[in-house]
Amino acid sequence: MCTYSTEHAAVSGSGKGRHGWFALDEATVYFDHPVHALAEHTLNIDLTNSAAAPGERIALELTAASARELVAAIERALGSVPAGLLAG
Amino acid sequence: MIDALCAASIRITGADSQEIEAYFAHPDADVEPGPRGGIVMIHHMPGFDAWTKEVARRFATHGYNVVVPNLYWREAPGAEPDDAAAVARAGGGVPDARLIGDVGGAIDYLRALPSSNGKVGVIGHCSGGRQSVLAACNLPLDAAVDCYGAFVVGTPPAGSPMKVGGIEDQLGNLGCPLLGLFGEDDQYPSPDQVAELDRLLTGHGKEHEFHSYPGAGHAFFATDRTAYRVEAALDGYAKIDAFFAQHLAN
Repeated sequence: MCTYSTEHAAVSGSGKGRHGWFALDEATVYFDHPVHALAEHTLNIDLTNSAAAPGERIALELTAASARELVAAIERALGSVPAGLLAG
Repeated sequence: MIDALCAASIRITGADSQEIEAYFAHPDADVEPGPRGGIVMIHHMPGFDAWTKEVARRFATHGYNVVVPNLYWREAPGAEPDDAAAVARAGGGVPDARLIGDVGGAIDYLRALPSSNGKVGVIGHCSGGRQSVLAACNLPLDAAVDCYGAFVVGTPPAGSPMKVGGIEDQLGNLGCPLLGLFGEDDQYPSPDQVAELDRLLTGHGKEHEFHSYPGAGHAFFATDRTAYRVEAALDGYAKIDAFFAQHLAN
């Protein structure tokens, strides 16, 4: 199935793509067919700069279980530092 | 089967008289002068990709002129297919009016070819399946094939930013025979949605032929994906070939 579901998140930071580092301002998140991963459906994340060319994209295709592992790891990483470091 | 083929990227005039990229695969006119039918192939949501072009060349080996409009050209000219698809998805997909204009441009291109017999069919997979039906409800076509297109009937998930919705209200305008190929394990379109489409077309008195394959889900024609189901794909191609031979013949 094609889910057509698409979530957006504004992000602030940088990513490293095919031409080096670039600023990121948007994340598109959806569960649908992957281009490369060997699974029928994956949790896909496109990290992009809305002002940059389409090729400036960090693309992830993760199985649902591994996507949840990633979310948990991010939460653990953020949760392990003093709150004062998390501003910005 | 025809071995002498030509294939290249070209430019066609699409919606709003804008020039867009397209892929054109056809028998070599010096070896196979025609006349012959044409096929507009509408690419799936992952875009104007290598698999789509392989399928276009397959239909060319069966004796058709085939044009695939790059529906994401405006958002991402020259980009790699997956990057272009990501941009198009983030933007909500292809508006229906633009799709109709782009497919209309491909039809005009095919009918103007010296090798054309005047007949043109359309085929699409995934989002292209819905768009194939949409085109057949709005453009002069001789045959249409819908391969597991979602939201011909029904509505996308709540809050979906995609610019698609059911086209139940347009089915009375379907202007050519429709072949539909679906997987019983698919959820978009679900077996219930396929049955509803069947019922609506029957109610309108529209010629259509549907087949649903057990053990197959969405994208069962996609040889580069784990969803590929060889039995369903082979039988599906046999039905497509017979359908186009019947309706696009000289």
